[in-house]
Amino acid sequence: MITLTLKEAPSVPLEADMLSPDAIAPLTIEEIRALPVYLGKRQRRVDDFFTVEGEPGDELEIRGDARRVKWIGRGMTRGRIRILGNAGMHLGGSMKGGSIDVSGDAGDWLGAEMSGGFVHVHGNAGGQVGAAYRGSLSGMTDGTILIDGSAGLEVGMRMKRGTIAVGGLVRDFAGLQMKGGTIILRSGAELRTGAWMNRGTIVSLQPIPLLPTFAYAATYNPAFLRLYAKHLATLGIDLPCDEGEGAYQRYTGDAAVPGKGEILVWRPRAS
Amino acid sequence: MPPDGERRVRGVRIADTFAEAFDMRAARVVITAQSSTWARTAAQSMTGFATSVIGCKVEAGIEADLLPEETPDGRPGVSVLVFGFDAAGLGQRLVDRVGQAVLTCPTTACFDGAPQAAERVIVGGLLRHFGDRFQSSKFLDGWRYWRIPVMEGEFLVQEAFGVQKAIGGGNFLILGKDQRAALSAAEAAVDAMRRIRGVILPFPGGIVRSGSKVGARRYKKMIASTNDAYCPTLRGRVGVTSALPPGVNSVLEIVVDGLDRQAIENALGAGIEAACRPGVIEITAGNYGGRLGKHQFHLHQMMR
Repeated sequence: MITLTLKEAPSVPLEADMLSPDAIAPLTIEEIRALPVYLGKRQRRVDDFFTVEGEPGDELEIRGDARRVKWIGRGMTRGRIRILGNAGMHLGGSMKGGSIDVSGDAGDWLGAEMSGGFVHVHGNAGGQVGAAYRGSLSGMTDGTILIDGSAGLEVGMRMKRGTIAVGGLVRDFAGLQMKGGTIILRSGAELRTGAWMNRGTIVSLQPIPLLPTFAYAATYNPAFLRLYAKHLATLGIDLPCDEGEGAYQRYTGDAAVPGKGEILVWRPRAS
Repeated sequence: MPPDGERRVRGVRIADTFAEAFDMRAARVVITAQSSTWARTAAQSMTGFATSVIGCKVEAGIEADLLPEETPDGRPGVSVLVFGFDAAGLGQRLVDRVGQAVLTCPTTACFDGAPQAAERVIVGGLLRHFGDRFQSSKFLDGWRYWRIPVMEGEFLVQEAFGVQKAIGGGNFLILGKDQRAALSAAEAAVDAMRRIRGVILPFPGGIVRSGSKVGARRYKKMIASTNDAYCPTLRGRVGVTSALPPGVNSVLEIVVDGLDRQAIENALGAGIEAACRPGVIEITAGNYGGRLGKHQFHLHQMMR
């Protein structure tokens, strides 16, 4: 495992897309130290900012407050990145496989357009989690993103497949223009959830304000959520699906598109 | 002392012969429901009229009841094995049977129980058309599932099911002194064999009373016809070479299909052991002289 310890938080964003197992595994430790990173428009070396130690391999550990270090794990296909601290924007952007674990917070565009792999942020995340980049048609197409804390605007914007689960409150426009996949809001969301969604599922375990373009359909316990409950249970997340505990109110929309998406709002059984 | 090479279990002679079996393809279907009763109802309906590929196109049966922790959706379930001659034909039969017997049954969902199989056939991907474009899909852990809206709620079915190599036609014959003794022994054998995973006993109650021989002597278009050598009522008739020892007045057969050779061996061994009861004179097997299939299960080896 290679360990990179941040010497000092950069004053401006540092672009470090070479910090991924795919780029580092085949290199010697000297070659890793010499990898290029960009501080603004200036090319610098990795060891200008990080103390690099350990044996090169598929595992990478980054220590320190890296909230200004962008593009960590970009396009990674394998291996594991562990960040002991915070991470900057575009963490795991376009990643295809492997896993990323962040003990602190992550910036905007976490897992944007990812097509596989697993990201777990133990703190809060910024906006555009798993989203499509501006001008792009599709956001994440597979993989799983877990956020224990809160998340920002446009979570899952234009996502096509995959799963995003957020433990804390999510800001406006969760699931904006969603095309598929599943977003689980464990503490609900603010305004305009599911706006312009075509397909896909938003599950909220708390009551949320709904757009008038979502129509109530039924109250039931969807069979497919049991699959998700079992899958998420292995990741330490409890998704209620037992009829004895309650049921989901299904709202279809967004009729403004018109869309075939759904928002499922959990209603616990009155005790 | 029994003659050299002869085996007896509790006084029942085990013939020195082998059961002949043939290559098949098999799918494992996991049916879940709100209760084990409804899962079993769907499974029994799905495996109805599936005793023999000769007349039913497939052979199917219930493999096991599954606990909630053994099923994909955490509900009680039943594992069903379906056998056919090839993947394409088996796929079509699965569409028919899941569509008519599982989709229609309250609270059920249907999953592939053989994800490791190399071949896959589309099932939910065709059944989805029942949803008339109101259906939707979910993609989780590399597998696609279809959600088909139905009056009761939603039917969830996996898009594709695995098809693996398998063996069909493993068997043994119970030669009893009378009908009661043969049936009692066969019931004991079925009870023991149904505890083995990876096999099914496709015939009614797991027992066949009408064992067949390959082809027919007089009707050339028949694929199979009555096994005259083991019919007690034909003993002594001109033109019939009876294979029945003296004292045998009723014969029942147990047929077993399995996902692999080991599973069939385990089932045959358990079944033969259980069938050796008072009133049973001999246990033998359907040996067709190599004409039925390439797999041979020697009864003496099953008893090790």
